[in-house]
Amino acid sequence: MAKVSKKKASKKKTRSGGAEQSNEGHPDVVYDDEKEEDATDEDITVEDEDEHDERKRQKLLEAIGTLSGKRKKTLGERSEAAVHMSEFTVNAEGEGDKVDLSDLIGSIEKTPGLSGKSKKRLKNLEQNRKTIECPLSKQESERIRRDLAFQKVSKEVSHWKSVIRQNERAEQLVFPLNQEPSGPKPIERVVMGWKAQTPLEQEVFTLLSANKQPINDPILTPTEEASMKAMSLEEAKVRRAELQKARALQSYYEAKARRQKKIKSKKYHKVLNKAKSKDFQKQFDEMVKRDPAAALEELNKMEMARMQERMSLKHQNSSKWARSKAIMAKYDEGARKAIQQQLEVNKDLTQKLVTSLNKEEEETMEEDGNADVVPDFVNDAEQGLDFSNPWMTGKLSQDCVEKETSNAVTIRAEENVAEEEEVEETEEEVLLREFDSRRKRRQAQEADAAVILTEEEEEENKDASDKEEEELSEFTSLFKGIAEGCGEADTAAELEKELKIRCLEDEELLTQDKEAEEEEEATDKGPVVPQHPPATENGQKTGKSRKRRKGIELKQVLTKGAQVLQVPFAPTIEDAEDSEGKLDQRGLIKEAFAGDDIISDFLKEKRKQEDAGKPKVVDLTLPGWGEWGGGGLQPSCRKRKKFRRKMTPPPPRKDQHLPGVIISEKRSSSIRLHQVNALPFPFESPSVFENTIRSALGRTWNTERTVKKVTKPKVVTKLGAIIEPMTREELVKDKNRASAGSSSSVKS
Amino acid sequence: MKVKVIARNPDDYVRETKLDIQRVPRNYDPSLHPFEVSREYTRALNATKLERVFAKPFVASLDGHRDGVNCMAKHAKSLSTLLSGSCDGEVKVWNLSKHECVRTFQAHEGFVRGMVVRFCGTSFFTVGDDKTIKQWKMESPGYGEEEEPINTILGKTVYTGLDHHQNDPVFATCGQQVDIWDEQRSSPIRSFTWGVDSFSSVHFNPVETELLASCASDRSIVLYDMRESTPLKKVIMTMRSNTLSWNPMEAYYFTCANEDYNLYTYDMRYLAKPIMVHMDHVSAVLDVDYAPTGKEFVSASFDKTIRIFAKDGGHSREVYHTKRMQHVICIKWSADNKYILSGSDEMNIRLWKANAAEKLGVLAPREREAANYSQKLKEKFQHHPQIRRIARHRHLPKTIYHQTKELRIMKEARRRKERNVRKHSKPGSVPVVSEKEKHVVTVVK
Repeated sequence: MAKVSKKKASKKKTRSGGAEQSNEGHPDVVYDDEKEEDATDEDITVEDEDEHDERKRQKLLEAIGTLSGKRKKTLGERSEAAVHMSEFTVNAEGEGDKVDLSDLIGSIEKTPGLSGKSKKRLKNLEQNRKTIECPLSKQESERIRRDLAFQKVSKEVSHWKSVIRQNERAEQLVFPLNQEPSGPKPIERVVMGWKAQTPLEQEVFTLLSANKQPINDPILTPTEEASMKAMSLEEAKVRRAELQKARALQSYYEAKARRQKKIKSKKYHKVLNKAKSKDFQKQFDEMVKRDPAAALEELNKMEMARMQERMSLKHQNSSKWARSKAIMAKYDEGARKAIQQQLEVNKDLTQKLVTSLNKEEEETMEEDGNADVVPDFVNDAEQGLDFSNPWMTGKLSQDCVEKETSNAVTIRAEENVAEEEEVEETEEEVLLREFDSRRKRRQAQEADAAVILTEEEEEENKDASDKEEEELSEFTSLFKGIAEGCGEADTAAELEKELKIRCLEDEELLTQDKEAEEEEEATDKGPVVPQHPPATENGQKTGKSRKRRKGIELKQVLTKGAQVLQVPFAPTIEDAEDSEGKLDQRGLIKEAFAGDDIISDFLKEKRKQEDAGKPKVVDLTLPGWGEWGGGGLQPSCRKRKKFRRKMTPPPPRKDQHLPGVIISEKRSSSIRLHQVNALPFPFESPSVFENTIRSALGRTWNTERTVKKVTKPKVVTKLGAIIEPMTREELVKDKNRASAGSSSSVKS
Repeated sequence: MKVKVIARNPDDYVRETKLDIQRVPRNYDPSLHPFEVSREYTRALNATKLERVFAKPFVASLDGHRDGVNCMAKHAKSLSTLLSGSCDGEVKVWNLSKHECVRTFQAHEGFVRGMVVRFCGTSFFTVGDDKTIKQWKMESPGYGEEEEPINTILGKTVYTGLDHHQNDPVFATCGQQVDIWDEQRSSPIRSFTWGVDSFSSVHFNPVETELLASCASDRSIVLYDMRESTPLKKVIMTMRSNTLSWNPMEAYYFTCANEDYNLYTYDMRYLAKPIMVHMDHVSAVLDVDYAPTGKEFVSASFDKTIRIFAKDGGHSREVYHTKRMQHVICIKWSADNKYILSGSDEMNIRLWKANAAEKLGVLAPREREAANYSQKLKEKFQHHPQIRRIARHRHLPKTIYHQTKELRIMKEARRRKERNVRKHSKPGSVPVVSEKEKHVVTVVK
């Protein structure tokens, strides 16, 4: 706006200047001036013409004057006043020229009084031909100044942004902002406002101040203050807490060690050793997965222990203790048992580790050096299983359980070689017992799982037995593969995949059967989820199947099968089909076009809705009224008939006569009045909005504390307190908070 | 024989003192409360209805002026004191808790144009049509003493507005220019002009205390920094702003009351577009004042109503009017956030509650909890049509009701026309201008 007005003003000025000069009748100057303004070109030409006319007229007049014969003094042509006319009517030469600096300095060269320095400077000035730019107009410069000032202010004001943002987000704002906390004040603040008055007090204060003792607010000596500054309070607190914790932990640990050292109880040590060996086993199992090389090393160690055992006479009943026991054995059953156990230990220790694991691992190590690939796959396959998985540990033979025990025992034995013999024996007893129980448990599991499987098999077609054979053969071949170490990447995963496929096939067949039975339902339901009938239904068949599968590690197969059943199998089915090709064509087509019977679907749905809307019979009999009541007694038939009520039928459906339409009757106009019909503004999805509505606020549904928290008002003001506007202190506080926050984040 | 007895331990259900709350054994299992939402909905509906029942905002009317009330000032330190100046040059000091006038004196010849209490609360300034600035003591003169100003500054032109710095002995006046005065001097320490011949009001920023803003008669709002020698920036709107008010909690926001029936909230850093347009008045808005919490503001209008807006709400949450209240000229929100004071043409000052349905005075804890709960319920179910309908319903004077309707029709027609023009012209030649952008003409640097 200002700019525009300014322009106009300047234009006006130039135009008026032109007019003036034209009056004075000096075309050149006017023209020079006007050249700058393109807009006024036309005016110039007009004025030029005018002047020419004037001159002609002048000449004409002169000519006329000469004609008259009288000589008249000719008037000099008027020229521009400022430039041409001097006060004393003296015209200087070269008056239009610019004055140069050299003209001025010329005389200085000759003056002797001037120092060389200033002469030099003047010369420099002369050489420097650059002219200084003319200063900006007042409006222009003011605008720049305003702009700068505004930028400065807006930057300053922007500091409040974080405070404002924070207040907007705050759950609760309490006004006035900087309220004095109620309750007792810290002593420093009380002392602050107090002055020494009596002479004694004054004396004390002078003493204090002379010794640089603090008098008020922070009650600290300068040295204390300095130390406080050196380490901030919080930092110090954290550090102290850390140290305390470390110290405490250390002392606990020491005490524990001391206590343990003192304990003489064999039982305790037995338990301790057991725990240790358990730990070891766990580690070993993990190692097998993670780092086969290390596991192999461990195994080698075990082998070494076996060798040592074989060489030594340690458990060969040749020791002093054994001899004494042998003497006692005649009379004492305990002694006999002890000897027996020792021999067993020997047997266990010297027995060769079997060891498909060894082989397998060695082979895998040799074949593919990257051990990292294997563990991942293994992990995937492993998830639901415990560590005694024979597929993993490589015990695939029939008596794997026994072997496992022996294996474990060897591990244990190896570890405890250095231990006392008696302790060893008892420990082994315990371990044996444990394994026994574990075996029992496992057998029970097998039985359960077998039942499930057999149930499925029952529903299979006639060729199930053939398949069974196939399965068996497949398994055996797999075993062989494993035993021979031909599993390349990882056999476990492969095996699992294989199993999955088998189970899927089973299910496929199952669904086929069902389809054959009830075609209508098949279209409705889509993929049929197989159900597990109760395990106790037919025990004898279980037995049969068990017999059949004797050669397989049942638990593995069955648990896998049970897991896979719940997996949605739609995509994998095709693979299975391809591999087998046992589905008949008709079934395939049926399945492919399963969803296409739309009309019957629709009719069925409509009928369903109609049925749902039909009045139902409600039984309102109350047992025990008017007759005997109690467990196992039924209300009489007469009474039941009497209290059986048929509900009144609803009004006829709107889609009664419209065969191709379902009009939902669920919507009620009376409720609709109270329902929100559009998603309100701040919410972005209906589910979020529904969630806010669903959570109740009242104390009927929430604890007192929750209610208090939930119903906290957004703005709290103090009654009768003046709320002052925000002060700059808030800004400082906010900065402190921010810096504290950033520092804490850096720490953490 | 073994006898089974139901054991009841009084410790479980008897209070220790009668001041304890009753123990209410409850099972909070949500499956046992299938109807919690519908129950709460009913509660919310009842709370909303009760709020409308108890919405009685009018507290008192202070009469005594013999001409329209032209300006008011809150006391800086006392909640119960109010000062008012009328169109006949009379100033009155009111005790709000007693609803009575405690002091009356003739301050000026002609209008009292502006008045402001010094931050310490010991004295106040007035400006009037007689081209004077006068400083008065807050206490009334003793018996036999004359009512005399402490200071009088005789100016060359009429002063139309006045405001005092938040915590320095500096005040600003406006008239033909904006002047910054030191209390100790009789000439301004700084004056700002920017090509305008009259200003209607000037206001200090209460947070960034060195900043000022003024409304000028050339439809502009000008920003100043007291420390600079030039103004900072100005924005020219389609119509004149009568006055403005800074947000006391948010340094860079201010709201101006405009002649075009709207209020505009600006961020002072970005003047090209207001951040919010507050509509609802049906005539020129004459005055605006922020709540001390900075969350809401109240506006007074020539249409004889007072409206309360949320600071980020496009429409008012509340409208106050009475049959006898004429054009409302000045408005103040009390410093404790509880009351609103309005001075109007018909010589009365009215005291309103800021929350119409709020119970005044000290609340018992249970009362407060119940109020909080019902407030939250209303918030929770505010989008439900029935509750919204009840909560939004306000009785309006017939004229205002019809005028609102008329304005709506006009606006709709304008919008339709614009749409049609756009439809029938070259794409992109009639750009869509948002409501916020529509009212700003230019920003001048």
